[in-house]
Amino acid sequence: MTRNILVAALVLGLLVGCKSAPPVTDSSGSMTAKSEPSATAIAQPDDSAGAVSAGEVGGEMDGRAVVLPAELAGRTIIYFAFDSDALSNDDQALLAAHARFMASRSNLRVRLEGHTDERGTREYNIGLGERRAQAVRRALGLQGVAESRLATVSYGEERPAEAGDDESAFAKNRRVELIYSEG
Amino acid sequence: MIDLRCRFSSSSARVLTCALLFFFVALAPPRVVAQLQVDITSGVTAPIPIAIEDFTDDPQTTATVIRQNLARSGRFSVGVRTASDYLVIGRTSIGADGRITFNYELTNLLTGQRLLVERISAAPTAWRNAAHRISDRIHQTIIGARSAFATRIAYVSVEGAPPAQRYQLIVADADGENSRVILQSRLPLMSPVWSPDGESLAYVSFETRAAAIYVQKVRTAERRRVSGRAGINNAPAWSPDGRRLALTLSSAGGNLDVHVLDLASGELLRVTDHPAIDTEPVWSPDGTQLYFTSDRAGGPQIYRAAPEVGARPQRITFTGAYNARPRISPDGRQLAHVTREGSAYRIAVQDLGNGTVRVLSKGRQDESPGFSPDGGTLIFAARERAQGVLATVSVDGLILQRLQSARGDVREPAWGPFLP
Repeated sequence: MTRNILVAALVLGLLVGCKSAPPVTDSSGSMTAKSEPSATAIAQPDDSAGAVSAGEVGGEMDGRAVVLPAELAGRTIIYFAFDSDALSNDDQALLAAHARFMASRSNLRVRLEGHTDERGTREYNIGLGERRAQAVRRALGLQGVAESRLATVSYGEERPAEAGDDESAFAKNRRVELIYSEG
Repeated sequence: MIDLRCRFSSSSARVLTCALLFFFVALAPPRVVAQLQVDITSGVTAPIPIAIEDFTDDPQTTATVIRQNLARSGRFSVGVRTASDYLVIGRTSIGADGRITFNYELTNLLTGQRLLVERISAAPTAWRNAAHRISDRIHQTIIGARSAFATRIAYVSVEGAPPAQRYQLIVADADGENSRVILQSRLPLMSPVWSPDGESLAYVSFETRAAAIYVQKVRTAERRRVSGRAGINNAPAWSPDGRRLALTLSSAGGNLDVHVLDLASGELLRVTDHPAIDTEPVWSPDGTQLYFTSDRAGGPQIYRAAPEVGARPQRITFTGAYNARPRISPDGRQLAHVTREGSAYRIAVQDLGNGTVRVLSKGRQDESPGFSPDGGTLIFAARERAQGVLATVSVDGLILQRLQSARGDVREPAWGPFLP
């Protein structure tokens, strides 16, 4: 992590002519997530010159290092119908299995990432993605997983699993991903 | 490095197609950041013929920029002097301090009257801005209405296929030129909005794998996280005085409501309190009302409420089952939004006085409309062949243009204010 920051700072420094990265001030008070520097702000030294590029900054990979039991391997995504946050009986059974797994591994937490397809407006879709994440959170809660072990984030339509403007892509994008992490 | 190809069709509505390749000049190896194709797909039937001759001693292509601006407005047809009603000539000179001075004249060829005899100067790096300001003067003088050539846009660009997307926040001149990346991230960036003074952008970044709203000064890249509460932090909207942000936050149970944040004090007030999704707030130009999207009646519709605790929202849209993402014209009279027609999402404008709704765009997934600062044009995002493009349409619906990116998806355009 520290190494990533150093590499990132070095790359950025080289590319913006040895200016150091501008500081990020946090005035929002209650931020709980750890800051991962996966975004880079780029100064415009002259308003019209605009001759700056910047390198890629490292960050954590998705926390998929947690090894899942065979019955859950490759089954960490719940799919949804259009404009729906309803869970099918199969989804409920799968989430019950995830809840049992979490009961057996008390150090695990799970982040529920809600997504929509691209139809509709982006910010409203953040709301729809949140509804899906919350539906999964409630289902896991009902199966006994403590609230403190569950976090939700809605990406709306911003992180599609598959590019494309057809129903096949849309169906793969309407989803909640369960992302396990330790500790 | 501009490759300009213009083709005039013979139809009465002259259709102008210009393919512009925009190159991004980097300190380290030059790299193309965006190639935009400007394609006027319809225009006014009687554009004004004007000639803009190359400026004398011009180290840049000032006349070319002016020609492109006026042609793109849809109100002018740019040609030779002998076929024109108006003529622009000019001369540039470079001072000892390196600044460029532009002397130019606008003449009415029919009357022989000289309408403008003016001089402006600019730093060498700002020559393009000078060309935009000259374009604004010409437009104002002939058409009698303000134009927005010397303004800027911001938008989000996405490169790479899932799951390895790269998100960039880009600022460019209103013609799409002079684009530069001001932020990039491996995780989504969305909802850019300009501060009223045109110096900063507020936006949403998921860089910490949680949503937060940042305010970034465009020139210095200094950025401040202004809202990073647990859950959703989304849809920032600047109050007209620049002191407050309307934004969307979520409760512990994931319910979205519209709030107002005082940027100096951090004081937060909750405007809506309803189990529905309430989001996409925007201020009326006089700052007395917030317009926002809510699905409290089933599908999303647009409501209006005072920016205060306990406000009682009033529904504004009634035509169709899906109306969302409001934006208000600078004069406060028009509501631009996204409406669904069948399975297509399109840009519509509702007259807030008489309720008349006009659908202005023709795509299947048009979204994110925003007014130009003069109020005459809407910029919006569209999809073509699974690729995001930007487009503009005049509010009268007559002039539709496409800014087509040859690389990456572009989306969420935001048109900045007039600059002093």
